[in-house]
Amino acid sequence: MNAQPIHFKPTEGFRARSKAVVDNPFLRQSFRGAMDFLMSKRAAQFPDSEELESLRLLGEQIRQYNLGKLPELLVRLEENLTRNGVQVHWAETPDEANAIILGICQKHSAKLMVKGKSMVSEEIELNHAAEAAGIGALESDMGEYIVQLAHEKPSHIIMPAIHKTKEEIARLFAENVPGVEYTDNVDALIQIGRNVLRQKFLEADIGLSGVNFAVAETGTLCLVENEGNGRMCTTAPPVHIAITGIEKIVEKLEHVPPLLSLLTRSATGQNISTYFNMISSPRKPGEKDGPAEVHLVLLDNGRSQAYADEQLRKTLQCIRCGACMNHCPVYTRIGGHAYGTTYPGPIGKIISPHMLGLDATANMATASSLCGACGEVCPVRIPIPELLIRLREESASAPHANPSMRGQGAGHDGLTSAIWRAWAAVYSSPALYRTVSWLGSRLRGLTPRRQAGWTSVRTPIQPAPKRLRDMIKERN
Amino acid sequence: MSARDRILAKLKAAPLLPKAEPDVAAWFAGHRPVESNDQKVERFRRCIELAHAEVHAVTPANWLAKLREVLASKQIDRLLVAEGTPHGAAALDTLPVQGVECSTYDMPIEAWKTEMFTATPASLTAARAAIAETGTLILWPDADEPRLMSLVPPVHIVLLDRTRLYNTFFEAMQTEGWKDGLPTNSLLVSGPSKTADIQQTLAYGAHGPKELVVLLLGDEQ
Repeated sequence: MNAQPIHFKPTEGFRARSKAVVDNPFLRQSFRGAMDFLMSKRAAQFPDSEELESLRLLGEQIRQYNLGKLPELLVRLEENLTRNGVQVHWAETPDEANAIILGICQKHSAKLMVKGKSMVSEEIELNHAAEAAGIGALESDMGEYIVQLAHEKPSHIIMPAIHKTKEEIARLFAENVPGVEYTDNVDALIQIGRNVLRQKFLEADIGLSGVNFAVAETGTLCLVENEGNGRMCTTAPPVHIAITGIEKIVEKLEHVPPLLSLLTRSATGQNISTYFNMISSPRKPGEKDGPAEVHLVLLDNGRSQAYADEQLRKTLQCIRCGACMNHCPVYTRIGGHAYGTTYPGPIGKIISPHMLGLDATANMATASSLCGACGEVCPVRIPIPELLIRLREESASAPHANPSMRGQGAGHDGLTSAIWRAWAAVYSSPALYRTVSWLGSRLRGLTPRRQAGWTSVRTPIQPAPKRLRDMIKERN
Repeated sequence: MSARDRILAKLKAAPLLPKAEPDVAAWFAGHRPVESNDQKVERFRRCIELAHAEVHAVTPANWLAKLREVLASKQIDRLLVAEGTPHGAAALDTLPVQGVECSTYDMPIEAWKTEMFTATPASLTAARAAIAETGTLILWPDADEPRLMSLVPPVHIVLLDRTRLYNTFFEAMQTEGWKDGLPTNSLLVSGPSKTADIQQTLAYGAHGPKELVVLLLGDEQ
């Protein structure tokens, strides 16, 4: 098995990691090309803007309706899954989730776990915990398999190996897969992965997957995928463990078709994914395949914090399509690894602070030009730019009692706050404004030529020799 | 207090902010066409062929001959069938005498998992229905036609009754009353397995079937 680095990297290194990508023309080309491709694929799926906007509105309403009943729906989901024979577990923290999963593995003396693509399993760093416990955890999504072979982490939530060229992957396979010679033919590379992983599906003791939608009324776990590895992981091994965040729940099955359509069209520009897999129970008596045991782990990890606040709750509407990162000018230039968090890009900036604390992620909300593209393409209309501003405020405001976020006030700086307070005072008093602007135009010669970060790529800011009010006076 | 109780307590402490339930049916009524069966067949066929599936129109009289022809064209002489289904039984009656060896899924997978993964080149199953909008087969695996039949063999051949087409996924689940009970596993399948994980280059046959063949069964061709 391959060790992967601990994923979360502190926010202090963000600038250096970003610069390293910006300075690397190959990486920039990879991301630019991939994002252009994904943007045009999505656009082709939504030729009718009225249909798109009304479907986004419906998606938003469905997510908000279900979040409005979340506690009740979680209990109902648990009841119905339990009745169907699925074992439900709850975890407040990543450590608790890992302990539950590894406990199940150990009960079955499992040696090998094959994993379908699951960002929540990345969030809890399950591969590390499994390795520490002596259990092999093998990624089976082609992109995830590639990044695991390279001892890396996904750089995109939908296309994990988007930062790699086929030549890099060819070298990786030639060096790491026994008996394989260098080929950069994509079909041949996929067949190499297929052959290695088929053997693993056959041998594995445990299959792990994520969940795209959990349906409360039927007790059904839905998975969206193209490769078939998700079906393999949930069908071939004797035990299936699914893990999901507590927010991925819908009350009714009829809520699924609009969300599925928004998800696949926004994510990869497909009208539907190759497979949509609905799992409602373990193998029943008389059935000849499928796991004898199915488990669901429901993970909080900061989601309940976002839930408590009306504005921040909108973060939980997310269906993880990745369209926000595909359209983000910052993500396109710095790629997914620079963020240092499991979820990169705009959605990463608004969800990670709830998982890791605002103190550990303070820089993220400021790494945005607030151009608004993420909010515009979001299939469930999460107002991402507004949430970024809210997080900046939460970070910069003076620490106070009963904060709505862990790490509130982490970015607070007394001097900056004092300057902004003075600025606000000047702009809210006409007399003071007149005096200060008069002084500014008279003392403009004293303006420094070098103004911190501003003048590294711009000309210095200097007050005008004549104020607007002076020019108007002269005209009259 | 358990993790469950702590999570639920935190959620319940927050304001619920109840929202009106959106009208999903009204959205579909306003945005998706209701087509004639011929139109649905055409749309289905166009979509699933775009996703790289192979579609053949067949009749009750000639579908087995077409099946044999498809197998011959792919140089396959071994087919996994479900003996407890009418189509599986028909294949079992006809194909072996014509030189195609038929194996059956007659015991739990544990007894023959390696054979399934290494020596089963093709399978035949039925589709319960299909969806025109997206070119999607609805599969409903059961004890006779288990889940792995449509996943492990590299070539998956599906028999679909052309009168069993729905306009949309939503229409299918509403008409069939899925909310009142789903089987262990139900599936939407919209083409052969694929991936674009290497440099956005589309490749078929990632982990599931490399080829998906649909035999579209109707009274006339």
